[in-house]
Amino acid sequence: MHPVITLVVQRIALGLILLLAVSALIFFGVEALPGDTAQAMLGQSATPEALANLREKMGLNDPVVWRYLHWLYGFVTGDLGTSMTNGEDIAKSVGQRLGNTIFLAFWAAVISVPLAITLGLVAARYNGRWPDKLISGVTLATISLPEFVAGYIVLYFLAVKWQLFPAMSMVFPGMGVFERLQAIILPVIVLVMVVLAHMMRMTRAAILNVMQSAYIETAELKGLSPITVIWRHAFPNAIAPVVNVVMLNLAYLVVGVVVVEVVFVYPGMGQFLVDHVTKRDLPVVQACGMIFAAVYIGLNILADVVSILANPRLRHPK
Amino acid sequence: MRRIPLSALVGLILTGGFFFVAIFAQLIAPYKMDELVGGVWDPISAAHWLGTDSIGRDLLTRMIYGAQVTIFVATCSTILSFVTGSVLGFLAATAGGWVDQALSRFVDLVMAIPTLILSLVILTAVDVTTLNLILVMGFLDATRVFRLSRAVAVDITVMDYVEAARLRGERQGWIIFSEILPNALSPLVAELGLRFIFAVLFISTLSFLGLGVQPPLADWGGLVKENSAGLVYGIPAALAPAMAIAALAISVNLVADWVLSRTTSLKGGRGA
Repeated sequence: MHPVITLVVQRIALGLILLLAVSALIFFGVEALPGDTAQAMLGQSATPEALANLREKMGLNDPVVWRYLHWLYGFVTGDLGTSMTNGEDIAKSVGQRLGNTIFLAFWAAVISVPLAITLGLVAARYNGRWPDKLISGVTLATISLPEFVAGYIVLYFLAVKWQLFPAMSMVFPGMGVFERLQAIILPVIVLVMVVLAHMMRMTRAAILNVMQSAYIETAELKGLSPITVIWRHAFPNAIAPVVNVVMLNLAYLVVGVVVVEVVFVYPGMGQFLVDHVTKRDLPVVQACGMIFAAVYIGLNILADVVSILANPRLRHPK
Repeated sequence: MRRIPLSALVGLILTGGFFFVAIFAQLIAPYKMDELVGGVWDPISAAHWLGTDSIGRDLLTRMIYGAQVTIFVATCSTILSFVTGSVLGFLAATAGGWVDQALSRFVDLVMAIPTLILSLVILTAVDVTTLNLILVMGFLDATRVFRLSRAVAVDITVMDYVEAARLRGERQGWIIFSEILPNALSPLVAELGLRFIFAVLFISTLSFLGLGVQPPLADWGGLVKENSAGLVYGIPAALAPAMAIAALAISVNLVADWVLSRTTSLKGGRGA
C-alpha cells in the first residue's frame, strides 16, 4: 500500500480511539466528581423520596459501565436520549440548532480564511515596514480581547450607535437565505475578528520561514517581482503549515461560537449548551459536549490528514 | 540592569495598579458593594464617575470589587495550575516509563476537548462555588503547564549533574526540587503571565455565561452580563468592565513579553 494511505489511515484510526476515550472521559469524569447528580438537579432542599424517584428515572441505579455502553450506543445510532428538564428528545432539539451553528461558523470561515491568508501575504511582502506593522498591531489588539468583549463593542457601535445592523441575530425556520445572512452579520464579524489574528500571524510566519530558502534567493536574483516570488515560490511551499493553522482555527471557531451565540442571542448549539448547563440538565450537556468535542477532534484529524497530503516528501517517497 | 522598555514599563505600572486596586478594594471603593445609591443606569456624574448599574449601584465601586474577585480567582487558579502542572510534569520527566506514559496520555486526552466545553460539562455536575471554579480552572489549565514543564525537564534530566545526583542516591523529590526546578524556572516564569491572562479571560467568560462567580459577588465578566441589557438602549455601562478585562490582559501581556525576551537572552539566544 502507498505509504501516504497508511499514514492517513493510521491518523484516522488514532482519532477514532481518541474520540472513544473522550466519550469515556465526558461520561465517567462527571460520574467520578464529588456531588450527586440528582441532588444537584433538585437542589439542597429535595426530599429523599424525590431523590430516589429521580435516580430511578435517570437510571442512576444501574451499573455505570452498562449506562456508558447504552449512552455510547445511542450516540452512534443517533439517539441522544431525552432532556431531564422538559423530557424532549435531545436529537430533535439539537438538529435544528446544529444547522444554525454550522451556518454561522461556515460564513465566518468563508470570510476569515481568504482574508487572513491575503493579509498574511501582504504582511510578509512588506515585512518590517508600515503595512506589516499596522496589520500586526491591529491583530495583536484583537487577540487580547475575549470573544464577548469584542462582541459587545461591535454590538454597541455597529448596531446601537450607528444602527447599521440588527443587534439580535434572530433566525427561524422558513427564513430566506438573504435574510438569514443579514441577521448573522454581527456575529460573523466578531468571529472573524477572533480567529483572523492567529491565522494571519501564522501565515506570515510560515511564509517568512520559507522566504529564507535558497530557491527564493534564486527567484529574486532572476529578477522576479516580490509578489510573484511569494505567490509562485513561497506560498506553495508554505501551504502545509498554513492549512494546518486554518484547520486549527476553524476548530477554535467551534468554541468561539458558544460565547458569540450568547452575546447575540443566536439560536444555535452554544446557546443551547449554556442554557442547559444553567438548568443542570446533564444528559443534554453531555450530548452537546460530545458533539462539540467530536467536531473539534474531527477538524484536528482533517488538519493532520491535509498536511500529510500536502507534504510532497511523503507523497513521493524515495 | 538594562533599561526597561517603554511598553514593559506601561504594562508593569498598569498591572501593578490593577493589583493595588484589587488588594485595597475595601479602602478605595467610594461606596459599599451592594449599596443602592442612585437610579437605574444614571449617567456619569461627579458623585458616580462611571454612572450607576442596572439596579442603581455605583458602577465604579462594583468595578473595584470586581477587580478583587477577578484577580483573586485568576491568581488562585494560576497558582494551583502551576503547582500541580509543574510538579507532575517534572515527575513524568524524571520517572519516565509508565508514569510518564500514563500522565502524558491523560493530558493529551483532556487537551483534546476544548477547555470551555469540558469545564461546562463539569460545572453541570458540581455546584458552582468560587472554590469549585478555582479547582476546575486550575486543574484544566495544569495540562498546559504540565506539557511545558515536562518538555523543559526532559532536557534537564539528561544533564550530568542530574545523573550525579541520581548516583549519589538522592531521592526523587530532591532531584525534582533541588536539581530540576531551579534550572527550569525561567521558561516557567515567562509562561506564568500567559497562564494568568488565560485565567482572567476564562473566569470572565464563565461569569459572563452566568456560570462563574455567583451574585451578589461579581467579577468583571459578571458585571458585563449584569449591564449588557442596557447596550441595546445605547447605555454603555457594560463596556467599562469589558474594557477593564481587555486592559488587564494587554498590560500583563506586555510584561510577559518582556520577561520572555529577557529569559531567552539569558540563555544566550537572540539577545536584544
